[in-house]
Formats: sequence, structure tokens, C-alpha cells
Amino acid sequence: MGTILTLEHLTYTYSPDTPFEKVALDDIDLSIEAGEFVGVIGHTGSGKSTLIQHMNGLLQPTKGRVLFRGRDIWEDKKKLRQIRFAVGLVFQYPEYQLFEETVEKDIAFGPTNMGLSPDEIKGRVREAASLVGLPEALLKKSPFELSGGQKRRVAIAGVIAMRPQVLILDEPTAGLDPRGREMILRQIKEYHTKMGNTVLLVSHSMDDVARFASRVLVMNRSRVFAYDTPEAVFCRGGELREIGLSVPQMTMVADALRQRGYPLPEGIYTVEQAAQALLLLFRGGDAPC
Amino acid sequence: MLKDITIGQYFPGTSVIHRLDPRMKIVLTIVYVVLLFLVENLAGFVLSVVFVLAAYLIARIPVKMIAKSIKPILPILLFTMLLNLFFVRGTVIWQWGVLEITREGVRLSVLMVIRILCLIAGTSLLTYTTSPMTLTDGIERLLKPLGKVHFPVHELAMMMTIALRFIPTLVEETEKIMAAQKARGADMETGSLIHRAKALVPILIPLFLSAFRRAEELALAMECRCYHGGKGRTRMKQMHLAPRDLWALLLTAAALAAVIVCNIFFGSLYG
Repeated sequence: MGTILTLEHLTYTYSPDTPFEKVALDDIDLSIEAGEFVGVIGHTGSGKSTLIQHMNGLLQPTKGRVLFRGRDIWEDKKKLRQIRFAVGLVFQYPEYQLFEETVEKDIAFGPTNMGLSPDEIKGRVREAASLVGLPEALLKKSPFELSGGQKRRVAIAGVIAMRPQVLILDEPTAGLDPRGREMILRQIKEYHTKMGNTVLLVSHSMDDVARFASRVLVMNRSRVFAYDTPEAVFCRGGELREIGLSVPQMTMVADALRQRGYPLPEGIYTVEQAAQALLLLFRGGDAPC
Repeated sequence: MLKDITIGQYFPGTSVIHRLDPRMKIVLTIVYVVLLFLVENLAGFVLSVVFVLAAYLIARIPVKMIAKSIKPILPILLFTMLLNLFFVRGTVIWQWGVLEITREGVRLSVLMVIRILCLIAGTSLLTYTTSPMTLTDGIERLLKPLGKVHFPVHELAMMMTIALRFIPTLVEETEKIMAAQKARGADMETGSLIHRAKALVPILIPLFLSAFRRAEELALAMECRCYHGGKGRTRMKQMHLAPRDLWALLLTAAALAAVIVCNIFFGSLYG
């Protein structure tokens, strides 16, 4: 399918020429293949949020270019809105942007802006609602009557309803209880499998990223620290710890076991992998050294 | 676009002017405004321009910040200029139909513009060099005598503090909501006036909701910490006048005196 998003020498400075000047992104080069599930990790202030806002043209680079399917998105400013429909962005705490009288109308806001026919809009609203697991009965309710987790899903549905080719989610599970987190993450994964499009998931949880991502992007101090497969990234556990990030819990368990003399292979980062490796080890009957 | 609002925008620094006592700075700003309205001749105007520019230099605030704070009042400035230009009677130097420009009109409009520019520059300097919190502290102390006549000084100061504190928060919030709605294809920059007004709804509703939510949370947090108003409340940072405050007062007083002397010796431009 090829590259869908390319960033070339992307640099962004906040409040230039004032005492508050701050370089948020420093010469970023990155290309994202279509169909990937990218996990984006980094500290608060490492430039994650600024980075994703460049991908749909909400921020204009101070220097450098953003290419969507090989075309500079700032080439024609009139087409920027089309880019925003193609690259859907769900902000942090998206439930605070709900405003319509009913859930249905709020999800329809994006598709309406796209200028679709009423029937098409209706179909997309149902589709998006079912993708995020919202029951039909809720569609006629006011979004302000819903629970926090439901509101969150309404907001995500509002972006999914635009059928974006790239879906970017900025910490979609922040502030939710464990069950709500699990549900949202699983629905995002399902959505990715079903639609086969590109998903970028910004998260603070190494474990979530390890479970779902096919690629991991690590941001550190306004730069790309690593962009690779989860195996390759989590192998660099020491470096990750040095920049104040951790590795998934299973990688830690495997490392600890290895230190105690159990010959586990490298590159373990999910529960399933760890279970398999351990089973193999015990069935193989290798005695601990 | 929202970031261009400069009123109340603090420009951190460590200059003498930054370190002046906020009470003194407020008083001096008032003195400077009075000075501007006393000025009657060219020498006085030169003095007031030099005074404010010198203050900017000492405070190390880029002079282009003046331009930034003037931008919003440009229409008023233009209006004042035109009004003075066409409606002051005197020696006619240009005429077209009923419109006529007099020498006095030109002179007066130029001086009025300078006066307004100095006014904005002078008062902006106060907010550039004083953090909003320090400023309200200063105001509270200055208004304290009014408490004797049961004027709610502390409550007023607290309201101002809270309002000032929440301006940046609300600006940030607005920007976030705008970005989020733009990401869903909201179009706020094109279309007719009615279309654009309608486009504000998706921004205003979430903004109001969050403002109310914040107000409620803040009230609760204040109550949790037993806030009960100003009575018996002591301060962590006491304000003390330093020698530099007296020097600043002396300098400003000297400028005021110089303007009055100029008025007596050079006469008035207003005839």
C-alpha cells in the first residue's frame, strides 16, 4: 500500500521571538506505512501532541514539510479540510468537545461538514456508533446525560464517522477505569482489523502499546528516539530507562528471569509471548543453570 | 489569533522596573496618565514620549510590543485623528466641498494620536512588567482604606485574581476546542457572517460548560481549604517599599514637574 504520511525535516517552534519560545519539534523525519498500527510513546512535553497536530494540518510547520500520500498538505490551503477528513484526529479528553443536543447529531457533525447526503450520514453514524460499541438507544439521548466512558466513545465515533484513512488517537484511555480502558482499546484494535486503515495511538502505557502496535514510535525531547517494530524498540530497554521511560511488564519479567539464569529469548513483550516462551522452556526440560 | 491579546500579558524579566513595588508602579502609571493629559505643548509631548520609551528600554521590553498592544485600538486611533483633522476650526489649508482641514486641526490630531499612543504604551508597560497576581495584590493594598466604608476590597481583589488566573486557561481551552472542531471539519474562516456566527456554536457550548465546571471545582477546592474571605488573612509575601521605589517616584514626579513648567513657559498649543 506504500507510505501514507511522510514528515520531512519537520521543525516547530512555539511563540517564536518571545521569552516563551520553545522548540517543540526538532528536525523530524518519519514515514508511516499505510495499514500500520503505530503506538506513540514519550514523556509529557516530548512533542507527541504537537507532532500529531501536524499530521492533519492543524499546525503549520515552522520548517519542513508534511506529505499525505506524497503531496504536501500545505500546498493548497483550500484542500486542508479534505486532509482533516482523511486524517481523523481524536484529541485528549475528547468528551469536552461534545456540543449537540443528541448523540446522533454530534457524531454527524463531521460527516455533515463533509457535505454528504442525509442518508449517507445516517448510515455512517450507525456504523461508527456500532464500531465503538454504543447501543442504538443512546443515539437519541443528550450527550451530557451519558457516563464518562460513553461520552468518550461518542467523541471517538464522531471522528470515525468521517471514515478517515488515518485515525490518530491522543491518549484515548486517559482518566477511564480499567474496564473502560480495556473496552476502548479493544474496539480500536477491532476497528483497525476491520477497516484495514492506519491507526496512531498515543499512550503512556507501554503494555497497551506492546499489545496492539505493529510499530512503535518513541519521542524524546522534541526528536524521534526510535521508530521500529516493538521487538526492536523494547530490546533497547536500557536506553529507554535512561530517557525515563520503561519497558512493558512482560519484558521486565523476562529480563529478570534471564538474569536468574533462565534462557528466555529476547523480544518478549506481551503476556502471550511470555507464556509461550515459558511453556517451551519447561516442556523442553532445560534445567535452570 | 487569540494569542495576540496582549492586555494582561506578563513579560517576565528582572529589570529594575520589574522589581518595583506593584503599588508604586500602579501609582506611577496613574501619575503618568495625569501627566499626559496635562501636556499642552510640543516640549511636553517630546518629554512624555522620551519618558515612556526610556522606561521600555530600562525594562528591556522590545519596543515592538507597543505596536502589538496598539493594534486592537487602531480604529479608535484613526477615528480620533479624522475627527480632529476635519472638525477643528482655524486657518484653512485644504478644502473640498464641506470638508476642510485647518492647520490647527492637523496639529491637534497629531498630538492626540501621540497622546493616545503614549497612554497605551505607558499602561501596557505596567502589565508587561507586573505579573497579574502581583498586580491584584497591589490593587488590593491600595484600595484597602475603602474597606473602612464597607467596600468589599478583598472580595473584589479575589475576583480579579481568579478572573486573571483563568484568562490563559480559557484561552488555551478555546484553542483546544477550536482545534478539535476543526479536526472534524468545522469551518470558521470562510462564509457569510451568519454562517460564521453559527460556526461559533460548537465552540461556545463546550467552552461555557467547561467554564462552569471549573468554577464549581474551584469553589469546592477553596471551601475544602477553609476559605472564608479576607478577614484575619495574612500574606505570605509582604510588600515593602525599597529605595528604588522612591527613586522611581522622584523621577516621575520630576517629569510631571517638568511638564507643568513647560506649560507655564512655552504656552499652550490649544490657543
